[in-house]
Amino acid sequence: MHLMYFTEQPMSAYPEEEGRKRGATALMFSNRHFDPVAGSRLYNEYIEHYRLAEEVGFDGIMLNEHHNAPFCMQAKCNIFASILAAITKRVKIVLLGNPLPLADNPVRLAEELAMIDMVSGGRLVSGFVRGGGQEQLATGVNPAYNRERFEEAHDLIVRAWTQEGPFRFEGTHYQHRVVNPWAVPLQKPHPRVWIPGVLSKETIIWAARQRYPYIALSTAIDATKKIWELYDSVAAEAGYAGGPEYRGYLQRCHVAETEEKAMANARQFMWMQGEFTGLAHPVWSSPSGYFSPSYRKAFVEFAVGRASNPRAAAFEDQIRDQQIIAGTPKTVIPKLRRLLEETRPSIVGFWASDGFVSNQDALTCIRLLGQEVLPAVREMGKELGLWSPFEANSPIGINQPAPAVHRNGA
Amino acid sequence: MIATAPAAIAWTTEEIQIAGSSVRLRSAGSGAPLLVLHHDIGTPEQLPVYEALARRFTVLLPSHPGYDGSERPGWMRSVRDVAVTYQALLAARGLAEVSALGLGFGGWIAAEMATMAPRGFRRLVLVGAMGLKPASGEILDQALVSYIDYVRAGFVDQSAFDRLFGADPPTPLLEQWDLNREMTFRIAWKPYMYNPALPHLLGGVRTPTLVVWGREDRIVPVECAQQYARALPGARVVELDGAGHFVEMEQPDTLAKLVAQFAAES
Repeated sequence: MHLMYFTEQPMSAYPEEEGRKRGATALMFSNRHFDPVAGSRLYNEYIEHYRLAEEVGFDGIMLNEHHNAPFCMQAKCNIFASILAAITKRVKIVLLGNPLPLADNPVRLAEELAMIDMVSGGRLVSGFVRGGGQEQLATGVNPAYNRERFEEAHDLIVRAWTQEGPFRFEGTHYQHRVVNPWAVPLQKPHPRVWIPGVLSKETIIWAARQRYPYIALSTAIDATKKIWELYDSVAAEAGYAGGPEYRGYLQRCHVAETEEKAMANARQFMWMQGEFTGLAHPVWSSPSGYFSPSYRKAFVEFAVGRASNPRAAAFEDQIRDQQIIAGTPKTVIPKLRRLLEETRPSIVGFWASDGFVSNQDALTCIRLLGQEVLPAVREMGKELGLWSPFEANSPIGINQPAPAVHRNGA
Repeated sequence: MIATAPAAIAWTTEEIQIAGSSVRLRSAGSGAPLLVLHHDIGTPEQLPVYEALARRFTVLLPSHPGYDGSERPGWMRSVRDVAVTYQALLAARGLAEVSALGLGFGGWIAAEMATMAPRGFRRLVLVGAMGLKPASGEILDQALVSYIDYVRAGFVDQSAFDRLFGADPPTPLLEQWDLNREMTFRIAWKPYMYNPALPHLLGGVRTPTLVVWGREDRIVPVECAQQYARALPGARVVELDGAGHFVEMEQPDTLAKLVAQFAAES
């Protein structure tokens, strides 16, 4: 198994009543409410968490990015990836990921990622995402061409990593006279690419066609099973068998020394989902053209307040469906076993804390996960045959072989 | 499309092949041809203004490609692409001496068409037209507001909105507005709702033009009326009290009369 630590890097230090007044805390929620003193403290606390995560035995650290929103302080995951490349020694740096459509110059991204791969000694996993709906607005990128830009930028980056330059690139959205980045990745043919997602069938199908592991982001167990049914059927069409090495799952999982404390802190996972201050303005989170037409009715109804967010469920439901797991290590482990048995992922991200969880509780959670939960999960993984892409040394893509140099097999 | 008023005139609907794409053209009435170009929100099938115009003109009402369920050409990426398509449509129909009435976003398309064929139209009427960067204000960005709030912003009299779309518009209409918004993003996302070259190109137009604006237009600032008048040689401006962006839906008779009078001038 490949077990990762994850935090959204929440920036909870803003006046809650201002968020309530605005009704949404993203995009147009003024950055006058951002406190850089608190921001400085929080960034450094998150670095402390990452160091501890490596120390207690996580295999990877998962990073992401969002824009104009307090639920995530990372505006550029490559910056924290660069920091981790230098201050950690062993963990994989798993970017889930760079939002490709937001890039105006994918070759620049290819260079940055190559630099991170070299500095880290070949520890980069380079995931790619479409970026959230409001991210398109925050960066002025056309939501109607989100998927076109995603696929084209991906193709350009992989070519920049694998094809000797100089060459010319003439795409629909990207045109480059000269593609010839001096920096190229250490890992050959290129770093592994994993694709996270929540809802869009198109992304699952695309990832399966590329033979890239898909990381389901905190979906309910039944929904996760449907994702793997779809992935496996596309994999079969593409000529390979799906299975654990192509399956990842991001599990909200908070552990504490008592059940009560764990449950109280787990409630903070609702913070970014808008329960306390409101997160996403429905219009901004689903700009026209961003979602697949099959969701048009659902998002239109959500946008005018006729239906609840198609992606949100109540806390109690998420506890029942195990989208959120909380407890002491003893009570959490059987729930994780259910996840592994029913959905068979080999990559599991532990999204450990969110919202206003104190620094002390966040550190305790990481320590308990590392000392008591991860060893048990690893045993289950062996018993259930959940071999990660590194352990299975699986091919890194549909047209690519397994990596030439196999490092850090955990 | 959503029917919002009983059909009082007979419409013919055709699919016309233009540059490899199918363009849906509805037409009604008799008399001199009048090309009517609808808003970014699409158009209801029937409107009192269409009926009033069809009594005096042969009204040609295409659905912009990709709007209101018409075929979406995947390659179409700019408003000028739409304008060229419509020039080809008029050529395919062998129509001459056509006048054009451009409503809001349709006004931008009509203005672009005029720059492509400076004497192409007999008369041009622009109503609350997008297309120019306002000198001081901003064009209301629909990307930041809900479908309902955006359309309501175009009305001074909210009861007119209620009559046309319902106080709480049905979901299929919202889906249609979302579809149309998506197509608007595909062709007008950035710069949003204007073409920086247009004020320069308009200087070459030799078509008599009437610029009509609702004084309470909250979607395209009324200052743009004067900007159009400065850019278009010999254009005249009429500003209407008590009207917003959707002049043809709030004051259909006034607008139909203005168009008829202007078109009758020699």
